[in-house]
Amino acid sequence: MLTFRIIPCLDVRDGRTVKGVNFVDLADAGDPVELGAFYAAQGADELVYLDITATHEKRKTLVALVEKVAATLNIPFTVGGGIGSAEDVEALLRAGADKISVNSSAVYNPALIDELAWRFGSQCVVLAVDARQEKDGTWRVYTHGGRKATDKELFSWVREGVDRGAGEILFTSMDHDGTRQGYALEALRRITESVDVPVIASGGAGKPEDFLDAREKGHAAAALAAGLFHYKELSIPELKEYLAAKGVPVRRGMMKR
Amino acid sequence: MGRVVVIDYGAGNTRSVAYALQRLGVEAVVTDEKDRIRAAERVIFPGVGQAASAMERLQAKGLDTLIPTLTQPVLGVCLGLQLMCRRTEEGDIEGMGIFDAAVRHFRSAGSATAGLRIPHMGWNSVEDAGSRLLRGIPAGSYFYFVHSYYAETGEETRATTTYGIPFSAVVEKDNFFATQFHPEKSGKVGEEVLRNFLEA
Repeated sequence: MLTFRIIPCLDVRDGRTVKGVNFVDLADAGDPVELGAFYAAQGADELVYLDITATHEKRKTLVALVEKVAATLNIPFTVGGGIGSAEDVEALLRAGADKISVNSSAVYNPALIDELAWRFGSQCVVLAVDARQEKDGTWRVYTHGGRKATDKELFSWVREGVDRGAGEILFTSMDHDGTRQGYALEALRRITESVDVPVIASGGAGKPEDFLDAREKGHAAAALAAGLFHYKELSIPELKEYLAAKGVPVRRGMMKR
Repeated sequence: MGRVVVIDYGAGNTRSVAYALQRLGVEAVVTDEKDRIRAAERVIFPGVGQAASAMERLQAKGLDTLIPTLTQPVLGVCLGLQLMCRRTEEGDIEGMGIFDAAVRHFRSAGSATAGLRIPHMGWNSVEDAGSRLLRGIPAGSYFYFVHSYYAETGEETRATTTYGIPFSAVVEKDNFFATQFHPEKSGKVGEEVLRNFLEA
């Protein structure tokens, strides 16, 4: 049976892992390659590397990091942050990334999704969407790490992204991110009901029950968390044990050698 | 371990496969040169992306006719498996016909796969049916899959996985092996599959 995926997210700046609370207040949480290998050994199903200060000058640094990660890890990983063109994507995939995620660049140039899906296949194109619920109840899409409001509404944008060829959705609720109060379940459920690709829940995980809710109430195919894992408040084996006891199919019993 | 070649035709994450072999202590040669492929002791044929454009690239290099004539152990991975089959619905093209299976889209399977999320992405269990590649691997182990098309089960199927319907997870025929999952991304059990291939 296809298992529910647990995905640690490593925010990377200048080659180091950082994690922000509500996207500010960054703190150092280790070396990205070592941390990734640690999570793989712990039973993480996949990793996401997000370059949060990606600029053109830094692009080569990211490619070099991706090469190191690919040489070390024996599980799949996604790379995101500052990806603006098919050339960027080609360099990262060549370096060994399994999937790439686009966010701001896709909002301002939606045709980028079509181009990437056509050139590299939908299976490696993740549409990352950061959104926040406005006072009138509307879910609005934000870009640039949550700093810039756009005129796009969350649910219609996600559907458009999938129509254009995104093979997976990574949905982060900025209102929930860093709060440890649980994922944005209602919005998550609306997304999973409106598209037929896998959806990754992100933002707000604080305890094992939140992951169960992401699956049972939000119908997510995977759940992502960062600080919770980085600061060792919850370990992946503990989390999987909890989920398995609740009847959720998870990958366990890794072969030792 | 002798020379292992990973076929590079611009449609695979050849790098990931080469890195996985490196972790097993094997330095693979990544190439599209026919002579080097023919002379290798073992050949790995990876693939991600779209079938029709991948097939065009193989044809442009003359590899679509070379691969079926190879006599050393050959391992197809993911799209590699699908292109080794008789026919694929993706782009409605002929494959290399090494395996006598048809490749179909999950949505073509009717009510059995209705409502499932496509691509089939993530870790799924594999049911061994006498696979040489799965030797020594605990029953019910999980492997990493990411695909929207699948090879129908048949006489050459050596392991199956179920996503709405059962499909071929491993196909084997004489010196030809293929996995729908990505052994290079499937943790320790994936490494074991590659090791079994290197010893085949």
